[in-house]
Amino acid sequence: MTPRKEVWITGIGIISSLGEGLDAHWDALDAKRINIDDKRFAPYIVHPLAPVSFDAQIPKKGDQRQMEAWQRIGTYAAGLALDSAGVKGNREILGRMDMIVAAGGGERDVVVDMSILNGYLKDNSGPVFLNERLMNDLRPTLFLAQLSNLLAGNIAIVHGVSGTSRTFMGEEACGIDAARIALARIESGQSDIALIGAAQNGERPDLLILFEFGDFNLTGHYVPVWARGKENSGFAIGSAGVFLVMESKEHAQARGAKPFARLNKVVSNLAQRKQPGAVTKSLEALWPKLGVLTDNGNLITGATGVEAVTAEEKAFLRQHPGFAVRSTGTVFGHTMEAQFPLGLALAALSISRGALFPPNDPTGFEVEKSGAPTQIVVVGAGHWQGEGMALVEAIN
Amino acid sequence: MATPRDKLGRPIVVVTGMGVVTSLGTGRKDNWAKLTAGESGIRTVTRFPIDGLKTTMAGTVDFVTVEPSSSTGLTERLAEVVTEEALAQSGIGSKGDFPGPLFLAVAPVETEWPQRLEVGRAVGKHDIEIQDILKISGGGRFAPLHHRFMFGSVAGFLAEKFGTKGSPISLSTACASGATAIQLGVEAIRRGEADAALCVATDGSVNQEALVRFSLLSALSTQNDPPQAASKPFSKNRDGFVMAEGAGALVLESYESAVARGAPILGVLAGCGELTDSFHRTRSSPDGKPIIGCVRKTLADAGLAPEQIDYINAHGTATPENDKMEYLAISTVFGELARKIPVSSNKSMVGHTISAAGAVEAVFSLLTLEHQRIPPTINYEIPDPAIPFDVVPNKARDARVTAVMSNSFGFGGQNASLVLTREPI
Repeated sequence: MTPRKEVWITGIGIISSLGEGLDAHWDALDAKRINIDDKRFAPYIVHPLAPVSFDAQIPKKGDQRQMEAWQRIGTYAAGLALDSAGVKGNREILGRMDMIVAAGGGERDVVVDMSILNGYLKDNSGPVFLNERLMNDLRPTLFLAQLSNLLAGNIAIVHGVSGTSRTFMGEEACGIDAARIALARIESGQSDIALIGAAQNGERPDLLILFEFGDFNLTGHYVPVWARGKENSGFAIGSAGVFLVMESKEHAQARGAKPFARLNKVVSNLAQRKQPGAVTKSLEALWPKLGVLTDNGNLITGATGVEAVTAEEKAFLRQHPGFAVRSTGTVFGHTMEAQFPLGLALAALSISRGALFPPNDPTGFEVEKSGAPTQIVVVGAGHWQGEGMALVEAIN
Repeated sequence: MATPRDKLGRPIVVVTGMGVVTSLGTGRKDNWAKLTAGESGIRTVTRFPIDGLKTTMAGTVDFVTVEPSSSTGLTERLAEVVTEEALAQSGIGSKGDFPGPLFLAVAPVETEWPQRLEVGRAVGKHDIEIQDILKISGGGRFAPLHHRFMFGSVAGFLAEKFGTKGSPISLSTACASGATAIQLGVEAIRRGEADAALCVATDGSVNQEALVRFSLLSALSTQNDPPQAASKPFSKNRDGFVMAEGAGALVLESYESAVARGAPILGVLAGCGELTDSFHRTRSSPDGKPIIGCVRKTLADAGLAPEQIDYINAHGTATPENDKMEYLAISTVFGELARKIPVSSNKSMVGHTISAAGAVEAVFSLLTLEHQRIPPTINYEIPDPAIPFDVVPNKARDARVTAVMSNSFGFGGQNASLVLTREPI
């Protein structure tokens, strides 16, 4: 087998409830800022997207109109990542760039849905009514704005990323596997450069309903992830677009690109969560595969705040008491498919800034950590299935 | 003994098990018999009323049912059926213990209308607001709907039932999804990560809203009567595709591993390729460059020249746009050979199984290699002079076939192709 190639993260694009771009995020994390809206969907809490002028990355209004919010958020963040890597508009590189998008989808037209639903209930209509209303009320282009693979499609159209295009689905796990497969492809020489990432619009009542079916929503008062327990289990849905450019060291050096960090490892698992402790065990099994060099390192987790899962993750984290932990869920809310890419982005950013961002946790589970991190572990455990970890490292 | 490698020094990837369900029936045997007899699985929809719809037929799989009924539930069941068939043929692993990862092509999932109405009714009054629905959604009453309508639910079920290893990957590359699932499996084996991979593609999504959505994009045939004649790939009077359900499963293994355990070698995944079209959300670049590039990359990956391809299993959806662009791509790459190589479309008989199509058609390509017989393009009465393919019109044909190309092109600029051979090359 050919030796494993070293893979660098050379581009990061983030927009979220905290703002847009790397400096805005670094400053917000430093200031321990959190942006929530507990009124609009009360008693549910969401992290709304900070104001963004989409024109900056999606210049054609026609393109913007063809997308729903989640696609605009993702396409925007992908543009930021390409800018950050210095490959925006480089047709030669974009034409052979791999893309793996971790996507949800199905952003509904809630007004149309509610109108059809009320019509149906009112007249006790039969299924024929549904045919008529769907034929008349659905916008033809809405379908494309809902299709999961059309985030990748829009990134191709707007930014010209047109080597390969794969869309992974499946909530948090697909964000982990997007990074894992892109890394494996570059390490093995199947690819030189890849764009990976995800997007979520948290201001969606249809998503709230879906997660409410499983009692996953945080309601009432906002509290940080580590302060949530049995009585206030759940997540506040977050809004974020996060994309990363990853490439082989040789490829980055050949074009003079400056890396943020090295992505050394991504591992994932699907535990059968029928027995208590399954998540703890799954994370324990992943840990030794990472190659962590120290007992007092740094760790960024996307812990959701869903009590059953987060309690088990906490049990795992307690076995590594020397690690300084940071929770993205507290600050950004739960960004679902973007959970893990967000962790990777913040890990790479922290390494490039020579510091782990400060804790944001009144319970004291997160502790201060000084010094430049050389390794940061990224952890993601899905709200109902899927676990993963990555090791992001400083480049000497 | 040296490890067997392909021309590019990579592990050779073979197929040791296959399963298929389409509107024609369940299993390889039934499907192959009907496919080579030129039968159509397209029928008038009976699953829901067709009043007010422009398109009233589809290739539904009505002989498989699930309770409670949902498209995602049917999608899951179809995947289970084809996986069981593929594993039985392959004999790999043991029950509930497949020794490799799962790559699943599956349609995007969302809450469906019957369930949305069920929750709406539970509010118990008229003129409800979304907040009213939110108020009654929790508390466990609708907990099964959360699981059912999570994107990862079908893969999670299959991974548990068949004991695949690691995190299963659910993917969507629209109409190319089935081919992408196979491609991911091939790549994992070539990287040496796995000796075996389970690649499944499934689609059970003929429901009212899905049919309406494609209809509103003017993508579907409206030649409803008779339904069997609606799907007319490469014909001058083609007017769109016919939605269909189905699933395909392939057990991929390294040649070395298959030989070591004496497994049946049904064919070789000699090459795969993909290239994105960034021209438009639903239309191909008019110059055909991305599809042409996709076909060329695939041949290069297989290490084959165009003249070594004996048969092309076309994407052949029967939309005016697709068939024209597919001809442009094939004729550009294959030159004069494009008029001579048989090019047929299974979709003339089974319809377009969308997320499943790439895998369903890979199974049919392997059966073509096994039986040395090419399934026809049916409903071919009025040739399109702009597409002078030998479409194997209306009747199956015996032929010497050593290498097949199978194409899949989808919305969102998704293009993927596979090359399958009988023997390692």
